[in-house]
Amino acid sequence: MTPRLAISGLTRRFGDLAVLDGVTLDVAPGTFVSLLGPSGSGKSTILKLLTGALTPDAGTIAFDGRPLLEAGRPFAFMPQRDALMPWRTIIDNVAVGLEIAGLSRKAARQQVAPFFEPFGLSGFERHFPAQLSGGMRQRAALMRTIVQDKPMLLLDEPFGALDALTRVGMQRWLETMWGRHAWTALLITHDVREAVLLSDRIYVLSARPARIVHQIDIDLPRPRAVGPDVAAIEARLLDHLLTQHRD
Amino acid sequence: MSSLSRLGRALPAVIAIAGLVLGWEAYATLSGISPTALPPPSRVLMQAFEHRAVLWANTLPTLQATLFGFAASLTAAFVFSVLIDFSLTLRRALLPVFIISQTLPMIAIAPLVVLWFGFGLGPKIGLVALVTFFPMLVALLQGYRSTEPELEELLSSMGASRWRVFLTARLPTSLPYFFAGLRVSITYAVVAAIFSEYAGAARGLGIYMLNAKNNFRPDLVLAAVLVSASLTLLLFGLTVLIERRALPWTRLGERR
Ligand SMILES: Nc1ncnc2c1ncn2[C@@H]1O[C@H](COP(=O)(O)OP(=O)(O)O)[C@@H](O)[C@H]1O
Ligand SMILES: [Mg+2]
Repeated sequence: MTPRLAISGLTRRFGDLAVLDGVTLDVAPGTFVSLLGPSGSGKSTILKLLTGALTPDAGTIAFDGRPLLEAGRPFAFMPQRDALMPWRTIIDNVAVGLEIAGLSRKAARQQVAPFFEPFGLSGFERHFPAQLSGGMRQRAALMRTIVQDKPMLLLDEPFGALDALTRVGMQRWLETMWGRHAWTALLITHDVREAVLLSDRIYVLSARPARIVHQIDIDLPRPRAVGPDVAAIEARLLDHLLTQHRD
Repeated sequence: MSSLSRLGRALPAVIAIAGLVLGWEAYATLSGISPTALPPPSRVLMQAFEHRAVLWANTLPTLQATLFGFAASLTAAFVFSVLIDFSLTLRRALLPVFIISQTLPMIAIAPLVVLWFGFGLGPKIGLVALVTFFPMLVALLQGYRSTEPELEELLSSMGASRWRVFLTARLPTSLPYFFAGLRVSITYAVVAAIFSEYAGAARGLGIYMLNAKNNFRPDLVLAAVLVSASLTLLLFGLTVLIERRALPWTRLGERR
């Protein structure tokens, strides 16, 4: 099967700083793939190359077998910070992608309204972001990503800024949502457990300059609970990540 | 915020101002200083009331110059801020010109402008605009630049054009900065209008002050000062009100 996303030999430097050194990975349709790596290793840079905010020095990106430029913005992107606009209400924040795609504000609102219930935000449509808790803001940002209805999601450490308890709640919630919708997603994280609980496949990135040093396919049934299987995979991944730090 | 605590916050200012005025009144009446040198505030108030018709007739042209000048500079500040934000070449060409314009001393420029363009409203509008333009321009530019890069990146990833990113992210981000600049500018505006009238005008608070001074009537000079100060405070209060109405999200922190 043609992978939805195929990245090959992706290389990028910033002046003297070599950040990506030939990153190669695949994401199959309908799968959830995580990219695990130490901070500063170049994870966000990979997503910027995908969204077109940056251009690669070398390497290719193919989407459904075609060069990315011909695929016509196939990604819905969730940046590392929620990037909610403080002057827009939650519903208008969530609808901004549809507005940019050409819908009127009214039509965009109508289209996103049904998502508030499953995202646990009913009643908060007219609130401003400053009135929401961290977990709610993150769900709003994720909703803004989902409602764009793109073939693939790019999530940059969506739960990185949350406290531990909220984060676990959000991971569980995302997993149930995932089971229902079969989105194709590339998740960036440095949280090993998050990656194991959510992913069909995990790629481990080396420290800068980054390349893929390990790949694991996870076949555990969902919903996943923390048990011996999960712990074993976590241990293996941690081993790979820690080896990275030694050199 | 309750109106009681609002009153509590204003109280020190009220006491300070009342103290100042009472001290002035006491000194002017008790020290034996001539009222043609230092009139007591009570006399200023009484004279202001007595001459209210003339004062009002001279206030209107000043208000007109202030408001038109301010509207002109607001429009210019917005247009130039957008041009400068979009074009690095224009930024390099225009910013130095604007900075130099701020080094021109009003005291030299105002009489020249009146000499060149006459006693009419036009040159006064120009002078008010010259003084009030820069703080608003700088505030807008700084506001645009403080836009979250991740937000711009997000909007671009959604397919937004540069103009769309400007309207959706950069312009709204700049609004609190803009209002800060607006508050600075509005306090300069009335003073600039009066100064331009001082340099030459048929009517207006500036020329009224000049005539009162030449007739050895400091009480009437101060009465006109009172009017101009009230005018500035009024306009300042108006911008604060507009800001509160226009930017409801900036005050969410206070309520929680
Ligand atoms: N636009 C840029 N210019 C210069 N250096 C950058 C830029 N973007 C990222 N970097 C650097 O590249 C490295 C990787 O950044 P990033 O991809 O954000 O890491 P991660 O998301 O894995 O934490 C960091 O050292 C960062 O300082
Ligand atoms: Mg990052």
